Amino acid sequence: MIIDWFTVLAQLLNFAILVWLMKRFLYQPILNAIDARESRIAATLADADARQAKADKERERFKASNAELEAQRTALMAKASEEAAAERARLLEEARQAADAMRDQRQRALRTEAERLNQTLRRQTQDEVFAMTRQALCDMADEGLEARLVAVFLKRFDEMDEDTEQRFGAALESAPDKGASSVRVRSAFPLPDAQRAAIREALTRRFPAAFTLEALATGSLLGFKVAPEVISGIELSVNGQQLTWSLEGYLEAQQEAVAALFKDRVTPDAAS
Amino acid sequence: MRLSPDEIIFWQFGMLKLNATILYTWGLMLVLVIGAWLITRRLSSGHQRSRWQNLLEIIVTGIMGQIRDVGLDQPRHYIGFIGTLFLFVAAASLATILPGYEPPTGSLSTTVALALTVFVAVPFFGIAEQGLGGYLRSYTQPTVVMLPFNIISELSRTLALAVRLFGNMMSGTLIIAILLSITPFLFPIIMNLLGLLTGMVQAYIFSILATVYIAAATRTRKPEPKVAAPADDQPPPE
Repeated sequence: MIIDWFTVLAQLLNFAILVWLMKRFLYQPILNAIDARESRIAATLADADARQAKADKERERFKASNAELEAQRTALMAKASEEAAAERARLLEEARQAADAMRDQRQRALRTEAERLNQTLRRQTQDEVFAMTRQALCDMADEGLEARLVAVFLKRFDEMDEDTEQRFGAALESAPDKGASSVRVRSAFPLPDAQRAAIREALTRRFPAAFTLEALATGSLLGFKVAPEVISGIELSVNGQQLTWSLEGYLEAQQEAVAALFKDRVTPDAAS
Repeated sequence: MRLSPDEIIFWQFGMLKLNATILYTWGLMLVLVIGAWLITRRLSSGHQRSRWQNLLEIIVTGIMGQIRDVGLDQPRHYIGFIGTLFLFVAAASLATILPGYEPPTGSLSTTVALALTVFVAVPFFGIAEQGLGGYLRSYTQPTVVMLPFNIISELSRTLALAVRLFGNMMSGTLIIAILLSITPFLFPIIMNLLGLLTGMVQAYIFSILATVYIAAATRTRKPEPKVAAPADDQPPPE
């Protein structure tokens, strides 16, 4: 008999024990170790994946913030250059305005200076002309001329309009002291007696109420004075009221007219 | 001429006896278990591990890969049984390089015992996987007419398993014994090398056939009938 049944039983038992022991000491520990390693590797890989994802996210975020910064920088630069250009334009405009103002001022000053010079020149010329005229007239004046002047004056006195007459009348009335020489006649040259008499007669004829020939003849009421500034003329003054005829009057009127002409000419220039 | 190490009896008391088969089996068991314990008591789950741990991991994952290749989706359920079958038969063959050693698989009693474990394990795993009814129904596939043939197949393949392993291992030692008496020196060494190869092949065949039987018993009701086909076949020739 090849098969020994006791040995078969014993081997069955042995094999069962061996299976149990091998499970206990070989397969289970080895498989556990493999599982642990695999799970560890998986965990490591998952961790690496997570880190990678995190790093990717970080990189994306960094990129985005970088782009944002770049955009901000560009915007700031654009704004700054814009402002600089505006500031430059403003400063240029200011400078131009200041330069214009200075130029205007200088031009005005120049013009004013020129005007002043012009005026001075004109005035001097005018003064010279009038002085010359006056001198000429003074040189030419003599008794004959004076007589002629008195005649002209008396003619004017006679032709005095009513308004002037009234004013003279009122002045005579209100003279504080009729006795004193309230009426004065001034002339450049001493008047000869004939002319004085003619003046007295004219006054008496004109204001008979105030004057009489006798009263005037005493000389207390009517005074004759020599005044060289009355060029080739004669002046009658009663208590502030005056009646004048002389070349001086013509000259002054002429001078005023010339001055007014200059003034008119200067004013529009300065305004332009 | 001694055909089996069963005949070397060291101690006997009535039915109980201690023969060379049992003794060498114990020796193999001790070597296997103590070796496994020595290596696995300091296992590393990190990236650095000892070369012995690497060796064991290669063996274990290799067996699992073979089981999965045959068609069992959960190799962890079966590695305890199938892996131990392989390791025991392989260790028994490998140890033939030791002088004075007689492989316990060269005893028909051992191979019958191993075939009986397969004979029990197939319905055990089959019932565990698809229930008693489902397992029993697999005997009537493809028709009820096939029921007796399926039963005969079950028995005959168990016998074939036992006899195949016994014949190969026994013939190896027997040939060496005969050759030793004819050409004592070089030739037995070459035959011993061939015997090692044959032993490894037998270990692989034995365990892979057990795996195929179990796979057939657990996958009968699955849609693919192809994998169930070997259950109806006679065991393939060596």
